[in-house]
Amino acid sequence: MKVDHALRALDGILRREMLRSLRQRARLFSAMVRPLVWLAIFAAGFRSVLGLSITPPYQTYVLYEVYVVPGLAAMMLLFHAMASSLAMVYDREMGSMRLLLTAPLPRWYLLAARLLASVIVGLPLVYLFLFVARFWDVRPPILGYVAVFPALVLSGLMLGAFGLLVSSMSTQMENFAGVMNFVIFPMFFASTALYPIWRLAEAGPLLATIAAWNPFSSAVELIRFALYLRFDMVSMLVVVACLVAFFLAAVAGYDPGRGLWSRRGGEG
Amino acid sequence: MNALAIENLSHSFGSRQVLQNVSFTVAEGRMCILLGRNGAGKTTLFSLITGLYYARTGLVRVFDMAMQANPSAALAQMGVVFQLPTLDLDLTAGENLRYHAALHGLPTDLSKARSREELSRLEVLDRIDDRTRALSGGQRRRVEIARALMHGPRLLLLDEPTTGLDVPGRRALEQHVRDLCRERGIAVLWATHFLEEVAADDDVVVLDRGRVCWTGPADRIAPELGVGSVAEAFALLTGSP
Repeated sequence: MKVDHALRALDGILRREMLRSLRQRARLFSAMVRPLVWLAIFAAGFRSVLGLSITPPYQTYVLYEVYVVPGLAAMMLLFHAMASSLAMVYDREMGSMRLLLTAPLPRWYLLAARLLASVIVGLPLVYLFLFVARFWDVRPPILGYVAVFPALVLSGLMLGAFGLLVSSMSTQMENFAGVMNFVIFPMFFASTALYPIWRLAEAGPLLATIAAWNPFSSAVELIRFALYLRFDMVSMLVVVACLVAFFLAAVAGYDPGRGLWSRRGGEG
Repeated sequence: MNALAIENLSHSFGSRQVLQNVSFTVAEGRMCILLGRNGAGKTTLFSLITGLYYARTGLVRVFDMAMQANPSAALAQMGVVFQLPTLDLDLTAGENLRYHAALHGLPTDLSKARSREELSRLEVLDRIDDRTRALSGGQRRRVEIARALMHGPRLLLLDEPTTGLDVPGRRALEQHVRDLCRERGIAVLWATHFLEEVAADDDVVVLDRGRVCWTGPADRIAPELGVGSVAEAFALLTGSP
């Protein structure tokens, strides 16, 4: 694989993702509105019923809005990853995935490029949300916006790789309703995105254990700590390990010799 | 040298055998028609040639490069038009072509120039800035062929490219591809079930239920089988009415 060829392909894939994203304005709009609805309505309602003790990385009592914003940023990455995964299933059903997979580059590279492009396209909206959240008095240190960048990229890649794996196992778009109900929502709700782990433990030790092992919780905590200029080594290791595992499994899923695509057959 | 050589290729989906010991060649600069009814295995064969499926049994060679051993080098020599349209409907014709060019490593300047050149050759340059969603079926097919030619392939694979087109559209597309074959020396493998798309100077491969049942020049098929036309020969070989 030649470096200039690989970079041009990455550039092409990134441009395509950006163009498609900009032209699907309804999706862009809903991606922005979704976390704001959670922040403006859900968090406002919860503020009065949910007391929060001092929880790292916060050094004092914080409003529920402050607590929930990193979780909502991670939620944006999760939904973006799943939308990207859905787009891959759509591309496969519509045939345009064939074009990508018959490019003269290693398949792992093409999938990695697609994954990276998807994350890059998704990040500006997360930053926009983080800045809009300042109107709700969620004001992390300015340097936190810089420090959170690698955390967002790593988390986006991990969730995107998970989406890639899901897409490699989905035979048709209709299956995505099941994915939403049985994967995305449990992943989001059984995490530290909306409640600290000690709160979940009060509800039940099993739920707290699930949340502790949920890789989405690690993504949330990595973002939360970075936004407040702290580093959560354990979360980072979990996110990186899951990224590698999900990506390798996804590459195997798209392997012409092993993947579902090859086994199920084409159109004739 | 052969542009494409298929050697004893077999493939199955679970217990369903789709291709059995398929062997044939496409010579450099020749037009080869792969004739077969629906379900004969043409699309599976294309998926194996392009590496979408892994060929466990048999070999695919593109200009003497084994697809299984060096897929990137083999794919670089191929332009492919799949049976299902593969254009991105949210992108313009030009953007679709430049995306393909990027995947093949073409620099931006060359990609822009070549996209205009190819679209012009296929008489759809006036639609370069239109989203492909707005194009007719025939125009989309021509954009797909232009896209397949962007990286200068020496072998063009077309899987039922005229499906869904009206008769004038089919004839025009066929003529464009024959011109390409003649003017640029590109080898073409054209899969179809339309017998009228076979010309006397083509090579023909007849595929039926996953087996090659005849291969050779088109003008020899009828005399060899003792019938009056390609259609009759095809009916005889495949048992179709």
